[in-house]
Amino acid sequence: MIYQGKQKIWADYQKEIPDDHWFYVRSCIRQNFFPGAEKMFLEICRGLLGKDFYETEHHTTCGGIAYHCDTIPQETVMTIVARQFALMTEAGYENYVASCITSFGNYIEILETWKEFPELETRIRELLWKACRREFKKPEYVAHASDLIYKYRNEIAAKAKYRLVNRLTGEPLKAVEHIGCHYAKMFPARGIGGAEYPYVLSGMIEAWGGNVIDYPERRHCCGYGFRQYHVKANRGYSLSNTHKKFESMEPYHPDFILTNCPGCPYFMDRWQYVIAETEGKTYGENGFGIPVLTYEELASLVLGYDPWDIGLQLHQVAVEPLLDKLGIEYDPAAKYKGLDEKEIMRPELPGVLRCC
Amino acid sequence: MDFGFKLSPSSAINLDNVNPDKFEELHRAEPDVYKCMACGSCTSTCPAGRYSGMSIRKVILALQRGKEKEAVAMMKNCMLCGKCSMVCPRGINTRHLILSICRIYEEERK
Repeated sequence: MIYQGKQKIWADYQKEIPDDHWFYVRSCIRQNFFPGAEKMFLEICRGLLGKDFYETEHHTTCGGIAYHCDTIPQETVMTIVARQFALMTEAGYENYVASCITSFGNYIEILETWKEFPELETRIRELLWKACRREFKKPEYVAHASDLIYKYRNEIAAKAKYRLVNRLTGEPLKAVEHIGCHYAKMFPARGIGGAEYPYVLSGMIEAWGGNVIDYPERRHCCGYGFRQYHVKANRGYSLSNTHKKFESMEPYHPDFILTNCPGCPYFMDRWQYVIAETEGKTYGENGFGIPVLTYEELASLVLGYDPWDIGLQLHQVAVEPLLDKLGIEYDPAAKYKGLDEKEIMRPELPGVLRCC
Repeated sequence: MDFGFKLSPSSAINLDNVNPDKFEELHRAEPDVYKCMACGSCTSTCPAGRYSGMSIRKVILALQRGKEKEAVAMMKNCMLCGKCSMVCPRGINTRHLILSICRIYEEERK
């Protein structure tokens, strides 16, 4: 392949992301798994970078979990999504940003379906009108929240207090990036870097001083896969997928894992505990696991926010070894203290996985 | 600790650990073995397949993946009726192929 050809292919996978004025929609499950992530996204974008992000309490689920679990048809999901677009239209926004990878995939899938089958869009408009008397305009641009942090990565790097460098050795930290399957595997042209070489998280890691590890199972699913986890009989399959990824990345000794999906950080975090308890194996140094972070949490860390304010105590795998490497100061006694300085409940310590 | 589920055994095959000598010998004797496109016509017509799990398609695949004992165990159910030869869209003489496999993989049959 000639070089210009490669450049052209790469250019096809770049996105011209609008800079400002976004209608933000949260994820159903991220707020329970890692509640600090979305809070910090808005804090960084609104507070630090001064961008206009609007969110409404009327926003609901996109229906993605039920759709991918085969419990509701796509027309139902389309009507739910049409209502979200109506909320955006009513608020006067044209750029739509989703916190959830599956929602992002859902929105793109629906917009592409409407492009191919306009009569279906007309039907959904009728259904929406009958259901709640709302009308909508299709968004000018649909982005995933990680696209925006990727876009702002250099501004964040300029304001960063810490770099992704091991304070003791001076070496860049070794990072595994894991992209949610619904980000670009369904519609490669909608993801930065496409499906095979997604650059959205790698770009952040490189901009903030870290090194990205390439390992054999880099593009493998995290193991969540709705129908694998939600059906208990299939849960071993979910665990096995995650195990396969960890076995593959283990020889490269990653310092942390960075993800951009609601399910991936949760399962790569929690399954390390299950693997440790059932197989007696841990993947980090000295009996610890490999810390798994969301991109908002990592951005907040490099910007110098307190680790306990961004919710890192809710991770199963202890993040303290990573904080020590980064040289971030933290108060171990404040780990399980709430915002009002009262103790929140302390989790029971696992038998095998070391958690400080 | 019992969570009610556990790791599934891995089905990964490391081809670096598979000795290809016998399959190459089979290929020399039966060049058509590489013509198989795994369409499964042979399996669907096999009168023994439904009851015994015999599948010449699976046998060819298993031999290439170094699972000789599994393949040969499957072959014991073949009645050499020749129906698979009649339906093969690639015209592979499967009956002859089966006899060659039995000859070359003599050790695994014991």
